[in-house]
Amino acid sequence: MDVLPKWAEVVLIPLISLALSFLISAIVIIAIGENPLSALQIMVDGALGSTYGWGYTLYYTTNFIFTGLAVSVAFHAKMFNIGGEGQALLGGLGVAVICLAFEWPHWSLALIAASFGAMIFGAFWALIPAYLQATRGSHIVITTIMFNFIAASVLNYLLVNVLRPEGSMDPATRKFSEAAHLPTLHEMFSIIGIPFSKAAPVNISFLIAIVACILVWLLIWHTRLGYEIRTFGHSEEAAQYAGISTTKIILTSMIISGGLAGLMAINNVMGEAERLVMNAAEGAGFIGIAVALMGRSHPVGVFLAALLFGFLYQGGAELALWTSIPRDLIIVIQALVILFTGALDNLVRIPLEKIFVSFQKKVD
Amino acid sequence: MDLLTIIQILDSSIRLATPLIFAALAGLFSERAGIFDIGLEGKMLVSAFLAAAVASTSGSVWVGLLAGVFASLLFSGIHGVASITFRGNQLISGVAINFLAAGMTVLVAQSWFAQGGRTPSLSGASRFDPIILPFANELTRIPLIGPIYSELISGHTILVYIAILAVPSAWWLLFKTTFGLRLRAVGENPEALDTAGVSVIKTRYVAILICGILCGLSGAYLSTGLSAGFVKDMSAGRGYIALAALIFAKWRPWYILTACILFGLLEAISNRYQNIEILEITLPVQFMQTLPYLLTVIILAGFIGKAVPPKAGGQPYTKER
Repeated sequence: MDVLPKWAEVVLIPLISLALSFLISAIVIIAIGENPLSALQIMVDGALGSTYGWGYTLYYTTNFIFTGLAVSVAFHAKMFNIGGEGQALLGGLGVAVICLAFEWPHWSLALIAASFGAMIFGAFWALIPAYLQATRGSHIVITTIMFNFIAASVLNYLLVNVLRPEGSMDPATRKFSEAAHLPTLHEMFSIIGIPFSKAAPVNISFLIAIVACILVWLLIWHTRLGYEIRTFGHSEEAAQYAGISTTKIILTSMIISGGLAGLMAINNVMGEAERLVMNAAEGAGFIGIAVALMGRSHPVGVFLAALLFGFLYQGGAELALWTSIPRDLIIVIQALVILFTGALDNLVRIPLEKIFVSFQKKVD
Repeated sequence: MDLLTIIQILDSSIRLATPLIFAALAGLFSERAGIFDIGLEGKMLVSAFLAAAVASTSGSVWVGLLAGVFASLLFSGIHGVASITFRGNQLISGVAINFLAAGMTVLVAQSWFAQGGRTPSLSGASRFDPIILPFANELTRIPLIGPIYSELISGHTILVYIAILAVPSAWWLLFKTTFGLRLRAVGENPEALDTAGVSVIKTRYVAILICGILCGLSGAYLSTGLSAGFVKDMSAGRGYIALAALIFAKWRPWYILTACILFGLLEAISNRYQNIEILEITLPVQFMQTLPYLLTVIILAGFIGKAVPPKAGGQPYTKER
């Protein structure tokens, strides 16, 4: 029996949790001697006040859509995939291998191949923990955490010893060829005559991220596999009784999850850096957790939450530029969002349920 | 490799194992009581920061240590409220705590000291000094035993000795006292404890409290014993390595000591040598750094004995009415 109406469940609770996170963030800003309102003003101006700001906001949004979807798909199968960061790093490796190994005649072909490379590498990095969970019972959370560290070491080794060009001190690959350059929003908009900042890194991957949202929505709510994943997520026993294979669901949901996290690399590695650098994912894999929790694991929610975090990221960078507030404020906000929308869900839910119940009684 | 090099590596292993021992024991108390704690890292970090910050302003490392433990307890409290009182997801709460610590330490450090997220360097009474055990200097000349005693056993800070003593104490508390029995029962079968009239909630809060104190010691050692001051993200994944050691030790105190010294040794070796050659195969430094994580995955997968966590771990307890 659900006490709360659906709109309260999907809109009210996340919004109240978000408001609480922002309230505490504001108190933190006051405590370090800054003005939260002027800080917000700088963030809004910096992230949304120009096409340059929007270009960066949407670039970060793209990263967070992919990682947010990745965590969401796993959540539907009641798997907590903390390994998005490592899977995104491996995805970067996949993109780099594809872009460096062949001479691509056109960016579109390079993008298709790189997307598969990114997804396969990311999925592979999720498959091992998934396989160990399904067959050996090792806890997916611990293994995916460990795999984040292992991924960082693997990439560190490869960049320093294998992929680094001769004579370069910088642990990074050489630049991808010009033909593998992805169209930026500036280039796409200039075709139809709309001016858009040339410096901003947002590129065609943003559109692919939106397509990914739609595909995940179709997968989870309109396919047999999605139904099985959700059934498994609600009750493992029920799923087994219905003849759904535990191993199959754990493996497929984690493969899809890892593939999505890996796919992020077409944005940050292929679209922005155009080469593979150390620590390319920059924590986006972890932000995916906050995005999925806030977005209630629904693609629409994930999109909106990713947009919010894209805004916070770009706004936070501006804040660090113009005030003495370090960029780490964003990490605090991210932590508070995870805390309130994830772990302290009942803090908001229980009082809200009481209010709704007493309201219901009055109506009756 | 001569004797002195071996002793130096072992000496550094013990120092590097110390924060791991504290943190892994912290995790032991929490997880044995049925509360998963992936927030060890974050608690270490806040403690490292506040310990260094207070030690540098007060000039006393002991006041700093208390402050560090207080900070860690505060974060433990958040984890407790989220996962015990509000029956939230313990893993998500742990993730939040790690990020909260990573962000807050830099934010506050910048606001207090304006040195790019670090505290001033500590010296003198604001740092833990090495303790020279009796006769350490006199015995140096005796072959083998002399150097081992004066270099390896003597000359550590007080927290190193406390860490090593904490292992038998934890074992005694968990396995030889009524409290320990209750704590372990609450992690395996909370209903049974409830039926016996012992409060599950209280027992779990006490466990989390002990966890907070131990994480506090771990973090304070990082910034005031191992190094001289706090720098951004100085825990550098040690909380996760401690978690790995805890699993590696299959949630048993004495094995934790062994696992932590092993992981400390791996770190000491990778700090000292860039690449290691064994039987003509060169092991890159990255391999040594990854070994704790790899070993944990292998242990968890049950390829070398099975690691079974406490049965009620991760499940919030709802009292039946």
